[in-house]
Amino acid sequence: MIRFDHVSFTYDGAEVPTLDRVDLVVGEGELCVVVGPTGSGKTTLLRAVNGLVPHFTGGRLAGEVRVAGRSTRDVPPRELADVVGMVGQDPAASFVTDVVEDELAYTMENLGLAPDVMRRRVEDTLDLLGLHDLRDRPLRSLSGGQQQRVAIGAVLTASPGVLVLDEPTSALDPAAAEEVLASLTRLVHDLGLTVLLAEHRLERVLPFADTVVLVPGRGGPLEIGPADEIMVGSPVAPPLVELGRLAGWRPLPLSVRDARRVAGPLRDRLAGAVPRPPVTVPGAGGGPAGRLERVTVRFGAVRALEDVDVAVAAGEVVAVMGRNGSGKSTLLGQLAGVRRPDAGRVLVGGVDPAGLTPRELVARVGLVPQDAGVLLYGESVADECAAADHDTGLVPGTSAGVLDRLVPGLPPGRHPRDLSEGQRLALALAVVLAPAPPLVLLDEPTRGLDYRAKERLVGQLAGLAAAGHAVVVATHDVELVARVATRTVVLAEGEVVADGPARDVICHSPIFAPQVAKVLAPEPWLTVDEVRGALAGSGTRG
Amino acid sequence: MRWPWAATAGRRGLHPAAWWLWAACLAGAATRTTNPLLLLLVAAVAAFVVAARRTDAPWSRSLVVFVRVGAVVIVLRVVLEVLFGNRLPGHVLVTLPHVPLPSWARGVSVGGPVTAEAVLQAAVEGLRLAVVLVCFGAANSLASPYRLLRCLPPVLYEAGVAVTVTLAFAPELVVAVGEVRAARRLRGRPVRGVAGLRGMAVPVLETALDRSLQLAASMDARGYGRRASLAPAARRAASGGTALGLLLVVAGVYGLLVPGSLPAGGVPFVVLGAGLVAGGLAARGRRTLRTRYRPDPWGAPEWLVAGSGVAALGALVVASVVGTPGLTFAAYPLTAPALPLLPTVGLLAGLLPAVVAPVERRPDRSVPTDRSRGEPAAARSDGRAA
Repeated sequence: MIRFDHVSFTYDGAEVPTLDRVDLVVGEGELCVVVGPTGSGKTTLLRAVNGLVPHFTGGRLAGEVRVAGRSTRDVPPRELADVVGMVGQDPAASFVTDVVEDELAYTMENLGLAPDVMRRRVEDTLDLLGLHDLRDRPLRSLSGGQQQRVAIGAVLTASPGVLVLDEPTSALDPAAAEEVLASLTRLVHDLGLTVLLAEHRLERVLPFADTVVLVPGRGGPLEIGPADEIMVGSPVAPPLVELGRLAGWRPLPLSVRDARRVAGPLRDRLAGAVPRPPVTVPGAGGGPAGRLERVTVRFGAVRALEDVDVAVAAGEVVAVMGRNGSGKSTLLGQLAGVRRPDAGRVLVGGVDPAGLTPRELVARVGLVPQDAGVLLYGESVADECAAADHDTGLVPGTSAGVLDRLVPGLPPGRHPRDLSEGQRLALALAVVLAPAPPLVLLDEPTRGLDYRAKERLVGQLAGLAAAGHAVVVATHDVELVARVATRTVVLAEGEVVADGPARDVICHSPIFAPQVAKVLAPEPWLTVDEVRGALAGSGTRG
Repeated sequence: MRWPWAATAGRRGLHPAAWWLWAACLAGAATRTTNPLLLLLVAAVAAFVVAARRTDAPWSRSLVVFVRVGAVVIVLRVVLEVLFGNRLPGHVLVTLPHVPLPSWARGVSVGGPVTAEAVLQAAVEGLRLAVVLVCFGAANSLASPYRLLRCLPPVLYEAGVAVTVTLAFAPELVVAVGEVRAARRLRGRPVRGVAGLRGMAVPVLETALDRSLQLAASMDARGYGRRASLAPAARRAASGGTALGLLLVVAGVYGLLVPGSLPAGGVPFVVLGAGLVAGGLAARGRRTLRTRYRPDPWGAPEWLVAGSGVAALGALVVASVVGTPGLTFAAYPLTAPALPLLPTVGLLAGLLPAVVAPVERRPDRSVPTDRSRGEPAAARSDGRAA
């Protein structure tokens, strides 16, 4: 169905090709998952399928990409709209119309289908993806998961043989992600659709994959094969796979169900051992760094926060969880003084952050927003660091020093837009941390990060807490919470529904529990490292 | 087009063109009078219908925005009048210091006595413009401009989409400004004053342009701009014909406006040009693949809504032609405005849509809208609501 013949692709001005002599065949009805580190060229590979690369990006493409017999060399992306459905990373950015039903019909209108055919297919798609109740809803009023399903439906109505999805679940909370993936597997099984999909959070998609394509990055050769074979040696692996490698399970289980069936002996070996996190975070001990007192925030009729009481102490890493739109970002925004609350009081280091001048603010609170790139608008890395030192009145070189400790060897002349997602995050973190604010806030920091970059982030956060900073992380990423959080606050509809030690809060939640906890339940293990430590300990004891 | 007795099954709210026609007629009626009572009546009619028939969609809040802009227009007009207005005799409210201007600017006066008559006159003129704006705000609230564009013939559709994307650029820009402001504050940089403005322009434009490019890529990937194969020669002929036709029309209009510049007053040019444009569009139109999903039907409610607007406009036009007293606001001497019968009754007919227009199925309210990523603009500016 999809065929890459010796495809090489080099972006304008790049010395190294992003794709180098790629040969890839994806057969009909296959669900193929593309995995690889951040910036390895997964998105480029996906966008080459319908010719958006190179038609919309520029650059040089050698070799040939054929879909259903049509070559992207001969036809522009629009002529492939009837065979390839492309869903990008941010569904909201791809909407052309303003109502669900019109959005579903848009591609068909362009293809010139007869009105009765369109009507029938729209109704079918509404049912297939469970969008029936939403047909008249304005697109902008939908939740992230609903938007993602509409975006998938909007390309499905044209009945393409191939569906290409770029990180379909990265912006979604665990429940919404399940919802989207369930729809996708249903399409593959019921309609025989060919699906090519890139994803960082492999724990979510691997159970459904037929084949895995490993893109090692830097133009290295692709590895293609069945999921359980490729994952044995993959540099990016979800916790379940790491647990399987650690326990020596073969074939490697890829779903929690499969793992539980072989995990009996491991559970027995671990019985009686106490999980001891290898990354030690001191936990609350210092003074209060920030607190919300009965805070209510409204956006028009929407209640973003309702009567919220949360305090953060120095030395803590607090994870704020909850579904899309439950008020996580608003909570961080309150601590950073982005706007005044409608009721209640916010105190950071004893003062109201909303009343501070920007310069006073950065000395007390550092917030890295969801899209870290918005903090960066210098011409180069060095420029960015120098600007940060100047703005905050620090000794020149402070920010560069912080950056060097986070990621050594970042080329100072590089433009921030040319950095990988992880490098950009590190740079944003460096400029925010340079004035050493006692309170550090991170909004969804693992979006677009691979496991290794996440590993470094965990180390950084633990280091911050140990150095006496208070850290608050708003995230959907249960694995990150399992690794580093000392306390977890769960929000729902703007209210605090749980607040307690991370292990107690997430371990037995069907939605928030990390994979290791699900496999080893009822014992409260959260991470592979805890298991590894316990096994090593028991090994030395005999 | 269907006739009034045609079934109304399968409709999704009133035809957008009916709403826009109704609002345009009300706006037209407003331009026909300077009687403040009649102007306020037009605004009230528009606002009442919006209140009765709008949905919960985001664009339904446009009316408020337009009302605010209208208020600014009135204030601006009065301020300009106070500073630079005509100095006719009347009841002096306050006397501003007169600024002497050099002789070459003798037509302009700055400062001097400000009369109640002049201020009221200016306020009424501002009000007229504000009411026109309110009418368009009402149209926006009742049917999004996008829905109106869907009704364009396929030939013009692509131009229409270009317009939609342009329209979408403005809200994107507003969102981007909010984000960049928040980000600058977090970096400890000024967000106010000249320094703040300068530092923000580039990132804001970058962000907004990025989004527009994403949209363009998405539209292309979804088949926008596909057309049936048309021989290059035929395509060139059609485009050339349209361009030549447009040139001829422009020349012809010039001839119409400047007597004696073209033979026969330019009429042949206009006719020939219009013919060429129509032919060119038709030739291209036949090659457009595009079909339309669930076109809005035009039935009895549409006729009634559009008719009520035409009735309101008609009443005002008739009144001004026959010279009904009370259509204009008399400031010299100051007289209290009255409500003339015919225009009042005509405008009240504009209320009809509040009863006859079908109520659109409202989006389900039980589903909390706050689950959306960035639904309210305010939430987005708040460091991107999750």
